[in-house]
Amino acid sequence: MSSDRDVIVIGAGHNGLACAAYLARAGRKVLVLEAAASVGGAASTAEFAPGFSVSACAHLCHQLNPRVIEELSLARHGLRWAATGLDTVALSADGRHLYIAAGGASLSGAGVSAGDTAALAGFDARMKRYARLLVPMFDQRPPRLAGGDWRDQFALARLGWSLRRMGRIEMQEFLRVAAINIYDVLEENFEHPLLKGAVGLDAVLGTHMGPRSPNTVLSYLYRLSGNCTPRAIGIALPQGGMGAVSRALAGAAQALGAEIRTAARVARILVEHDRAGGVELADGEVLRAKTVVSNADPRSTFFGLLGAGRIEAGFARYVKNIRMRGTAAKLHLALDRLPSFNGLEPASMGNRLLIAPTLGYVEHAFDHAKYREYSPAPVMEIVIPTLHDSALAPPGKHVLSAVVQYAPYDLRGGWEQAGEKYRDLLIDTLARYSPDIRDCIVAAQVLTPLDIERQFGMTGGHWHHGELALDQFLMLRPVPGAAQYATPLPGLYLCGAGAHPGGGVMGSAGRNAANAILLGAATR
Amino acid sequence: MSIDHFRTPLRHTPFHARLVAASTCNEWYAWKGYTAPSRLTEVEFEYFAIRNSASLFDITPMTKYRIRGPDCVAYFNRLLTRDVAALAVGRVAYCLWCDDAGQLIDDGTLFRLGEQDYRLCSQERHYDWLLTSTLGFQVSVEEETDDVAALALQGPTSCAVLRSLGVGAIEMLRPFHLMATSISGREVMLSRTGYTGDLGYELWMHPDSAGALWDALMEAGRNYAIMPIGSQALDMARIEAGFIQANVDFVPADQAVRPGRGRSPFELGLAGHVDLRKANFTGRRALLEEQRRGSRYQLVKLDIEGSTPATDSFIYSGRRKVVGHVTSAVWSPTAKANIALASLRTPYGTSGADLWAEIYYKRELKWERKMARCRLVTGAFYDPARRRQTPPANY
Repeated sequence: MSSDRDVIVIGAGHNGLACAAYLARAGRKVLVLEAAASVGGAASTAEFAPGFSVSACAHLCHQLNPRVIEELSLARHGLRWAATGLDTVALSADGRHLYIAAGGASLSGAGVSAGDTAALAGFDARMKRYARLLVPMFDQRPPRLAGGDWRDQFALARLGWSLRRMGRIEMQEFLRVAAINIYDVLEENFEHPLLKGAVGLDAVLGTHMGPRSPNTVLSYLYRLSGNCTPRAIGIALPQGGMGAVSRALAGAAQALGAEIRTAARVARILVEHDRAGGVELADGEVLRAKTVVSNADPRSTFFGLLGAGRIEAGFARYVKNIRMRGTAAKLHLALDRLPSFNGLEPASMGNRLLIAPTLGYVEHAFDHAKYREYSPAPVMEIVIPTLHDSALAPPGKHVLSAVVQYAPYDLRGGWEQAGEKYRDLLIDTLARYSPDIRDCIVAAQVLTPLDIERQFGMTGGHWHHGELALDQFLMLRPVPGAAQYATPLPGLYLCGAGAHPGGGVMGSAGRNAANAILLGAATR
Repeated sequence: MSIDHFRTPLRHTPFHARLVAASTCNEWYAWKGYTAPSRLTEVEFEYFAIRNSASLFDITPMTKYRIRGPDCVAYFNRLLTRDVAALAVGRVAYCLWCDDAGQLIDDGTLFRLGEQDYRLCSQERHYDWLLTSTLGFQVSVEEETDDVAALALQGPTSCAVLRSLGVGAIEMLRPFHLMATSISGREVMLSRTGYTGDLGYELWMHPDSAGALWDALMEAGRNYAIMPIGSQALDMARIEAGFIQANVDFVPADQAVRPGRGRSPFELGLAGHVDLRKANFTGRRALLEEQRRGSRYQLVKLDIEGSTPATDSFIYSGRRKVVGHVTSAVWSPTAKANIALASLRTPYGTSGADLWAEIYYKRELKWERKMARCRLVTGAFYDPARRRQTPPANY
């Protein structure tokens, strides 16, 4: 292959593709290598039963960076929305559901108090104000606290200024809640158990944390950050599933000149004269480039692809200690007709349905995961995307996709043993809310964190490539010494969810990494 | 060892009873959790035993790790700043290891006991760092400080003492080589190593053999003026030899709290033990960067006028500007010089600098201060040829 290739990107996840597109746009010759047969990684659509397709990992799009959409003209490359601004329904087994309009704009359902309605509006506005503090930080490399240049100083000053500008009371309140747990904050604000359960669930989705774990306010703000700007589209479903996001990114990257090779598994990163020199594929093929960018998680990158002995011992210890224990599973059901949910209008079924009846329920579900057991009463985030996007299933038929917590990666006794029992438990849980669902099921698929690790190459099956918490946030993400996308090995960069700002289908890590690589080249 | 260790804050080495019997002054200090003698008789007598006859010093408290496994060479080449690929079985190497930022964690001696079997000795404890460094390598690390009793037999007559004990071919043992032997029917590993800069050996043995071997050495050494010694005499000898000590001449990087308090090997005059041609070791990238930018400090040897040891003195340039401080100082009886090791800010460690030591001393409870001119010494303060000779002269 051409020796004039500048950059190899390992992994065609959405961040790898975004990074490749930005680098190609700046004139770099980029080759993206993807182990799987198609692009997308955790933002992909897969057929899990004949004729039935579903978003294989991430299933809702609510954080995709508007700058990425615009700058890479994703609409021109085929990105369409099947639905935007989805509402949320907090399910109750007895049918007395709580309806939370998009953005907390209104609250309805049995037992809703005027107090809660008012509190929700205030809470939502305040949380969005705090989340907006983070948004500018997410669109750039995280600032260094010591030894930084003017860009770092400027970013820190801007954060300080935006904090100060909120006023004394708000600043105090932000500092009070930023690192505490969502449980306490929700208890301070709300009465309705379903409301507290629903917001609590949003704060812990995809994490190994319960509502009472510290940092859950931060993870809630992180989640909100994609939806607190005027251009935000709310919780959305891409036409064709999450794979459509990746396909649009791949199209953009290719149009800008990047080359993408699928079914090309990278076995290791080559080191020459103590800098990255390219990669070797599993089949032995050697591909050279002076810059190697890894979309893989930090532990796979440094231990699996590079080798711990290639990096400093202290740095290797940081990498070893990244907290990345996945606890979210996926349930996919192929349905030959639309099931009914107790007391739920068919018109509301296209919304985001949550099984998180109380905060205590969510916390109990987490307790089991702490001790390497799965939750016997799991929490779920459910969508039936076929109500908005009928092409995902044969005519008249549907698919249901649910994120299920908590299912610990390192289940005691192993997942091989638990497989069928666990699937039945999930269906039984659903059946408490939708008694006829069993009769509708044509096929069912459960992806445990172990499956997610295997299919998407994420260590620990953790969506975010590392827990999103203060100790792994901003300049500490993924670890000190690699927080600005460059790693200790010259020429090797990170661009995945493990890097700042983190996981969720945002594309920000890929965009920032590309900028860091281009800036590094410009200032060298 | 006894499980009752919690009853006493300091443990006893297997030589303790002998040390107690030899002590005329009952002066002890804590050395890494063990009771150790700071002196047994008179420091000057003990010092002259090191330089003129033979001295016996209990080095059991020295931290010892046993590292084994198929990846040992790769492991040490990543851990240490020197290239250990050439270190053969039966050889010993002085070595350094740094943190990611190229700051010295500690120095020590590495013994290659077998193909995949090494012992690493150091002043400080490093179990955590050694274990951390195993990530990616197939090696095991065991702390064996308690399991190995050790003695340093140092001084011009040390070789003769061992020969009189029937240790065959001892005079042919070259510096930094080791051999397995037996003395009085007990197994001993002997290495021609030490911390005195003199002819000398270190003996490594099972704790059960400790008492008998001590007795045998003392008995055989009687005609060679052997003398058990404490740490103060040893400290004089090691400063003369220009050897640095952790937490005296540098703060181990993993213990330094304030930014900038650590020192790199270059800043401690140890560049000769850093092999930047190696592909990769912890701290290499930082050391390359330091080489490019220049070091902040230099550790220098000073010959200071007068005879008052310049302990802890500030060092001035031109009597006005503080440019560093003394880390170790002593009156050297053999070199007949007032010597010191000092850490100086760049560029004051180079020749031509007008350096002065500000020495405080007490005279009848009254503090006095004097400024003493310093001369930079490039070679060793004291470096007897017998240290390197094989066979050494028969004293």
